[in-house]
Amino acid sequence: MDTFNICFLVLIVSCFFCLIRAWLGKSIPDRMVAIDIMGTLAVGITALLAIITKRGFFIDIALAWIFLSFLGTLALAKYLAHKTLDE
Amino acid sequence: MTTWNEIAGTVFIITGVVFDFLGCLGLLRFPDVYNRLQAGTKCVTFGTCGILFGIFLISGMNSTGIKALIGIPFVLLTSPVGAHALARGAHIFGVPLWEKSKIDQYKKDRGDKQRL
Repeated sequence: MDTFNICFLVLIVSCFFCLIRAWLGKSIPDRMVAIDIMGTLAVGITALLAIITKRGFFIDIALAWIFLSFLGTLALAKYLAHKTLDE
Repeated sequence: MTTWNEIAGTVFIITGVVFDFLGCLGLLRFPDVYNRLQAGTKCVTFGTCGILFGIFLISGMNSTGIKALIGIPFVLLTSPVGAHALARGAHIFGVPLWEKSKIDQYKKDRGDKQRL
């Protein structure tokens, strides 16, 4: 299972790229895009953990994470478009 | 002692991880919000789908594999919708395009209405 450990390391490095973009980003939507993409990456990382550790429940965490990331992204986009979270 | 499905699944997972890495590199290097969005979202969506399909091939027809297979349409449905909402929100928020961008059709369509 050495290949999967290397894949896991590459995904962690990709997450650090997203964090660097969220840190450097000049405008607010830059940071939101970085956080959204990091949520999708986390699904891949959590699904890869299910293969590395041979425990099946990590897939459930990945399935829940998809919907939570989607809802968070929609809330952030609504805040961007209308400046409030009302209505 | 590797079977064919482990080899095929490993190939799918490596392809997905390479796509993820290149998408995040594009997220770091492109000059504009919209360029970063299209680089990051498409590559990372395809890469995550590749990882999930590779997990389905490796673990087979048990609960883990079926749940990974169910996750693929969810990622394919939710991630582009979120990216589209973010791009629209960024355009309404007033983020300017890159100075070498040629055309901005959405600004012409939107007109003067600030709250579409």
